[in-house]
Amino acid sequence: MSEEVLAIRDLRIEFPELFRTVEAVRGADLSVRRGEIMGLVGESGCGKSMTAMACLGLVPPPGRVSGHVSVDGFEVVGRPDRELLPVRGGLAAMIFQNPGKALNPFFTIGRQLTDVIRLHHRHGERESREVALEALRSVHLPDPEIALGRYPHQLSGGQLQRAMIAMALACEPKVLIADEPTTALDVTIQAQVIVLLRELADARGLTILFITHDLGVVGSLCDRVSVMYAGRVVEVGSVRDVLESPAHPYTRKLLATVPKLGDGHSELAFIPGQVPDMAFPPSGCAFHPRCERASPVCTKSDPDGRDLGAMHRVACHHAHGGGETEAPGTANGAPAR
Amino acid sequence: MSTLEADVGGLAPAWTGAHRWKRIRHFVGSHPLFVIGLTVFLVIVVAALAAPWIATHDPLAIKFSEKLQAPSAEHYLGTDSMGRDIFSRVLYGARTSLMVGVVVVGLAIGIGLPMGLLAAYFGGRIDTTMMRIADVFLAFPPLLLPIAITAAIGAGLFHAMVALAISWFPWYARIMRSSVLRVKSELYVSAARAMGVNHTNVMIRHAVPNALTPVVVQGSLDFGYVILAAASLSFIGIGAQPPDIEWGLMAAAERAKFLDFPWTVLCPGLAIFVTVLAVNLVGDGIRDLLDPKHQEFK
Repeated sequence: MSEEVLAIRDLRIEFPELFRTVEAVRGADLSVRRGEIMGLVGESGCGKSMTAMACLGLVPPPGRVSGHVSVDGFEVVGRPDRELLPVRGGLAAMIFQNPGKALNPFFTIGRQLTDVIRLHHRHGERESREVALEALRSVHLPDPEIALGRYPHQLSGGQLQRAMIAMALACEPKVLIADEPTTALDVTIQAQVIVLLRELADARGLTILFITHDLGVVGSLCDRVSVMYAGRVVEVGSVRDVLESPAHPYTRKLLATVPKLGDGHSELAFIPGQVPDMAFPPSGCAFHPRCERASPVCTKSDPDGRDLGAMHRVACHHAHGGGETEAPGTANGAPAR
Repeated sequence: MSTLEADVGGLAPAWTGAHRWKRIRHFVGSHPLFVIGLTVFLVIVVAALAAPWIATHDPLAIKFSEKLQAPSAEHYLGTDSMGRDIFSRVLYGARTSLMVGVVVVGLAIGIGLPMGLLAAYFGGRIDTTMMRIADVFLAFPPLLLPIAITAAIGAGLFHAMVALAISWFPWYARIMRSSVLRVKSELYVSAARAMGVNHTNVMIRHAVPNALTPVVVQGSLDFGYVILAAASLSFIGIGAQPPDIEWGLMAAAERAKFLDFPWTVLCPGLAIFVTVLAVNLVGDGIRDLLDPKHQEFK
């Protein structure tokens, strides 16, 4: 259980522009162990997707990547495209937010599946068809034989996401990177996909990095969760620790924004301010302009991560001490749950 | 997991033959001009292919004793000033014109498509280089460039075709470039890259097929213009040369006698007109077919 399949150390991604440099990711650390589902949450623009792209060496130009990303022991950063081709799909595969757009409308599902399979294995036509069928069965797509001959527009969103997962898993990667795979689906389909991912992780020991901004999904699917803010991981821990006793003020506020059923017309909580411009991140802790616990030290030094419990780490000068004793901040006061 | 499977729902069988027929009938009814154009175009293609069997006379046989005859049962469209049968010559002329259309559009796409593809896919310096090359050729007025090129490399049908292709390819480069730029940002391109597909295969499998529609539409519309342009070049004497059988050339040879013997000029002229019109109707129809958004609301 302790084997690290995906390890990200001090990952930095910068996009040089004409007069400034946007730092999309500023020293992110992440470690996912075999068979584990790690949630990665944060607001739009906090660097979640860029981190995911970096795992496959797919940061678009002119992005500059430094630090370390190792997928099953294979160092990705700094490798040329040629050496990364077998990693993509072979060691780590990715599924996307909008399955309807992630498949080529020009070819049938079967053709696209077998193409990917033959990319990574020396299979013949019939053999790769068998593998494709098996992959579709393993994601519980009904009538896989018929589905093979279908074009993407002939399938529904849920069926497409299943086909997409089948394609991602056809070459038996160690890691599945799921970039908001349920966001574009309606809630019942979303639940099915979550059940499927959980099943795949349990049955095959598949490691999943699950990127989302939906904390509800994290609670029902993930083992551990990392919270990202402004290009850094600010809190990481088991789902229970982080969701029940969040230590970072940002995590608390993020949790408070989740609308709850049965609260009537209570005012929706939000986080004041906005995500900082990553070309000019705030000095010290990037969250201090929006944080009610901020003190002068926060504007000067960026806090390092420190351990709270066995597996609970937080990067904050004034972290909530485990959440039991201390009252949450009152200024913008939605109570944490 | 049985409940799960039940929730997903089965896949319905594909269309039946009857359904397909209904769709075709509906299509013919809603696109009459396309169907007319296509029919005329197919007749022209068949006539061109079957010219040796349909022609009543040898199109090259000169017979001064029968020169400048009016249309009759013997010569359906009359004869020209050298006594050649115009009906047979118009038939053989269709071969030339269709060949010109296919070769010029094919060459122009053959040069322009890879340029636009590489320019859009890789961007940066490659983009700039490719597009500036294309711009050089776009800087000349459309018919002036082929005239200048044929003047330089010598008159002749083949040279005229090359010259036309050279002046036409930048349009395909530009169209392909803008189309690939759109496709490049599609999620399935990123998804393919994430599956370990290399650049070459992403371009061939994903970029080209999905970017091809506007090129096909432009190609089918240009087919008519190219035939017209080639006939124009032949008319002013720098395209097809005798003994080539070409409509523009036929009209040019008899133009002095137009008022007295109008059929000698009218017949090849009408052939050009009908062919170009038919091809343009087909081109418009293909555009409507491939780009449903362009259709008017029915």
